[in-house]
Amino acid sequence: MRKTLTQTDRLQPHGDDFYELLMAAHDGLAFDQSAALNARLVLILANEVGDFGTLTAAIDRAKKT
Amino acid sequence: MHYQNREYPYQTPPELKGENPGKYPVAIVGAGPIGMAMAIDLALHGIRSVILDDNNKVSVGSRAICWAKRTLEIFDRLGIGDRMLEKGVTWKVGRLFYGEKEVFNFDLLPDDAHKMPAFINLQQYYVEEYLVDRIADFPDLIDLRWLSKVTGEKIEDDGVTLHVQTAEGNYDLRAGYVLACDGCKSQIRQRMGLAFEGQIFEEHFLITDVEMPEPPFESETPERWFWFNPPFHAGQSALLHRQPDNIYRIDLQLGPDADPIEEAKSEHVIPRVKQIIGDREFKIDWVSVYSFTCAMLERFVHGRVIFVGDSAHVVSPFGARGGNGGIQDVDNLGWKLAAVLKGEAEPVLLDSYDEERRHGARENIKNSSRATNFMTPKSKMETIFRDSVLTLASDLPFARTLVNSGRLSVPCTLDGIGLQMPHLNKNGAAPGTACPDAPLPGGWLLNQLGGEFVLLTIGEKARQASLPGVTNLHFENNAAVSAHYGDDVIYLIRPDQHIAATLDAEADSETLERALAYAKGKPALETAS
Ligand SMILES: Cc1cc2nc3c(=O)[nH]c(=O)nc-3n(C[C@H](O)[C@H](O)[C@H](O)COP(=O)(O)OP(=O)(O)OC[C@H]3O[C@@H](n4cnc5c(N)ncnc54)[C@H](O)[C@@H]3O)c2cc1C
Repeated sequence: MRKTLTQTDRLQPHGDDFYELLMAAHDGLAFDQSAALNARLVLILANEVGDFGTLTAAIDRAKKT
Repeated sequence: MHYQNREYPYQTPPELKGENPGKYPVAIVGAGPIGMAMAIDLALHGIRSVILDDNNKVSVGSRAICWAKRTLEIFDRLGIGDRMLEKGVTWKVGRLFYGEKEVFNFDLLPDDAHKMPAFINLQQYYVEEYLVDRIADFPDLIDLRWLSKVTGEKIEDDGVTLHVQTAEGNYDLRAGYVLACDGCKSQIRQRMGLAFEGQIFEEHFLITDVEMPEPPFESETPERWFWFNPPFHAGQSALLHRQPDNIYRIDLQLGPDADPIEEAKSEHVIPRVKQIIGDREFKIDWVSVYSFTCAMLERFVHGRVIFVGDSAHVVSPFGARGGNGGIQDVDNLGWKLAAVLKGEAEPVLLDSYDEERRHGARENIKNSSRATNFMTPKSKMETIFRDSVLTLASDLPFARTLVNSGRLSVPCTLDGIGLQMPHLNKNGAAPGTACPDAPLPGGWLLNQLGGEFVLLTIGEKARQASLPGVTNLHFENNAAVSAHYGDDVIYLIRPDQHIAATLDAEADSETLERALAYAKGKPALETAS
């Protein structure tokens, strides 16, 4: 079933720590390497989320800019 | 209205009148906000000091404007809080724009439980002027000497001799302790050969103060506007907020390749300002272009020379942690140095200033570096991430909190470091916390704490507690106080309004004595011996 995305901020209180970690992971990579890192990350996180309805909603929201 | 800088008079010091004033307990180098606040804090403890400044004016032009709640509480203890509050602009609404679009806004509702608001905007020159005025209340304790430049120092085990240069001639001055409050380019630090390392940012920022009779906002409510990639300034960031006297601060990111001298010319500044505020009447009050570093000393205490404020640590302005961090240094050091000079504590207590405030400085540097990194992405991928966060922020709360246009200064907790005892009564707030304010009939809790140790007892069970020589403040059935402090708890509160110990309501006098000894440096003494 199609779901809506959570309105809860689940990254707190570590939002800034997470963002720093993410940027550090990309540090020094060429653009293609960075894109590949992102792809791996999305796939891993998708499995962590697991729920297909949530993943569908996330993809829909991400397509909007 | 443009601020009129007063010129403060030079006066011939006793040394040049052939008098011998002897050794001063404390000499403070630099009459910036930090040096002056330091002298006032020491004077409130009865400690005499001399301040030497190479200038005869308060801060010229636009520097710090944003003062946080904790800083205002400290300034209130020092005696200028009410003046700052009265003159300052209390922030309310913040708006964040990305491109043409407003992504979100927030309303900083006043917290009725606290005397001080989250933030005010007030130009640094006013803060310094109020400090100069306040210093005049202590003619026997503070000797403020303008146009007196410190050109060298001889450091010994029991004090320091400073070489002072004036238009009338040079002289030497001896002091037990020297507080180097001589700013980010500290010559004392340089002469002592101390490393000052950290991250240098390549970006240039233009700041301008603009005077406008009519606010650019829709109502009279002061707002703070922050843009990422605004239509008037492609690819960069911009900030606009209001200060007293109808003056507005505009910060514009210029990118790493900007030519600072060229950019500061009014032929470049005026069109940019017009693009931001539209077609309305304005006057440029101040322009400067700066780049910045985040750096700190490896140690703040070097025997008889102690670094305080910008001389010890510098941050980027995002998050307004420079002056705010420095005032917390003052708060932390004042009572400790006074206790050492009065023989109430061992010099080792000063090491806790070093430990506690380096912890604070590290936290400030971490936060302001992160904000700067968010504003100035250094690769294409970083830019993509940043822009994606801004795009998602319009409807997803998690993305909103990732948007980083500066994390505003809050006091760091000292839990687990320095002089703090373990958290012995979980009914109460943790040791190391800066005391939250609470309304009392006819006043505020924080106005009753600070300056000296206080035994704060809450609840009927704690009523009997007392500690010889320490003032006792007791509350029962006071919901406002208990909301933050719990019930049936004994607290020992430090002179800098931080919780030193959180104890059981039944704690015996031996435990209370031990908590006090601890807060005055006993654990440090034990590890030292
Ligand atoms: C653009 C900008 C925006 C900022 N915004 C904010 C903000 O919003 N909030 C905030 O909290 N902070 C802000 N800051 C930081 C803030 O201005 C500083 O942290 C603050 O001024 C530090 O105070 P200080 O007393 O340590 O040093 P200073 O203010 O630099 O004072 C040092 C004093 O020492 C004197 N001196 C130097 N050498 C000698 C010598 N050899 N002999 C005698 N005297 C000497 C100088 O004349 C000066 O008076 C900002 C800074 C900038 C540049």
